[in-house]
Amino acid sequence: MSGRRGSLLLLGVAFAVVGLAALFASGESERPTTIDDRAHEIASGLRCPVCQNLSVADSPSRLAGEMLDEIETQLRAGRAPEQVRAFFVQRYGEWILLAPTRRGLNLLPWLVPVIGVLAGTAIWASLVRHRVASDGGSATSSERSRIERELRGLEEPG
Amino acid sequence: MVPDGRNNRPRWRSVAVVLAPLLLFALLLASGLGEDPRELPSELEGDPAPAFSLPRFDAEGTVDLEDLRGQVVVVNFWASWCVPCREEHAALAAAWGRYRERGVVLVGVLFEDTVEGALAFRNELGGDWPLVTDPGARAAIAFGVYGIPETFVIAPDGTISAKQVGAIDYAWLTEEIESALRSVEQA
Repeated sequence: MSGRRGSLLLLGVAFAVVGLAALFASGESERPTTIDDRAHEIASGLRCPVCQNLSVADSPSRLAGEMLDEIETQLRAGRAPEQVRAFFVQRYGEWILLAPTRRGLNLLPWLVPVIGVLAGTAIWASLVRHRVASDGGSATSSERSRIERELRGLEEPG
Repeated sequence: MVPDGRNNRPRWRSVAVVLAPLLLFALLLASGLGEDPRELPSELEGDPAPAFSLPRFDAEGTVDLEDLRGQVVVVNFWASWCVPCREEHAALAAAWGRYRERGVVLVGVLFEDTVEGALAFRNELGGDWPLVTDPGARAAIAFGVYGIPETFVIAPDGTISAKQVGAIDYAWLTEEIESALRSVEQA
């Protein structure tokens, strides 16, 4: 039983590691160097105001193109990507960000999946453990005699 | 062995474990679906209006917001291809006629349109308030324009006192102009 428990624990840890790795990997990407790349990176996080669920980087609309120009102009003027994003948030609100900023109540979408996986693993582990504990070595006498009968049947030459 | 007594509780519990997240999810979905995805948050109200200096295309000259400080300014983003812009045109014209003598300035900022199309619109529907082009949509972006028509009322102190997305009606516009005018009398 302890071996089973150990493998469950291992599975839980594996889930947690994969989940956390995915979480961090999504946040970490190569730092773009050129103005074009940096503008594109900012634009891909901004919602195109005249589209339905398209980023400024992905939208073929004229306004999106002009927003990309605005981003490049501001980057050339030496503004940091955070300042450029803040410029758009000030005008359009948080709505303009395709992913909400990671603070306060906005953390919920990032935390809920991790909490869900951990809670699910814990519940599953406790259910399995419960079953193992209640079943373990508690065959009734009729079950035991049946097992012995069938084992004998296997040993007899066919 | 009392299998029934032992099995009932875990079964009840596992039903709860499945149902609770489902219920939570359904509630979230219900509250999310209840929102209109096209309804947009109203930003910039109460903030200083972004500065612009834009060339007129209906006449010579430029319109510079800085020069209009101390006056009530109505900035209307529009285009000739925009149907609601056509609908609100009469209200804009009526408000312009009523308030221009009191120093209120109405400016039409062209959004994603050609000057030819805009002039044809003007000739068809009339009006003589200043119209400007917005190269690169920089003013529109600075004002956080989502879709036109969008109308901003700028108080004499240079802050945006009201904003409307979609066609305005005469009652809304006159009420907002009056309240912006009152703010200067109080100061």
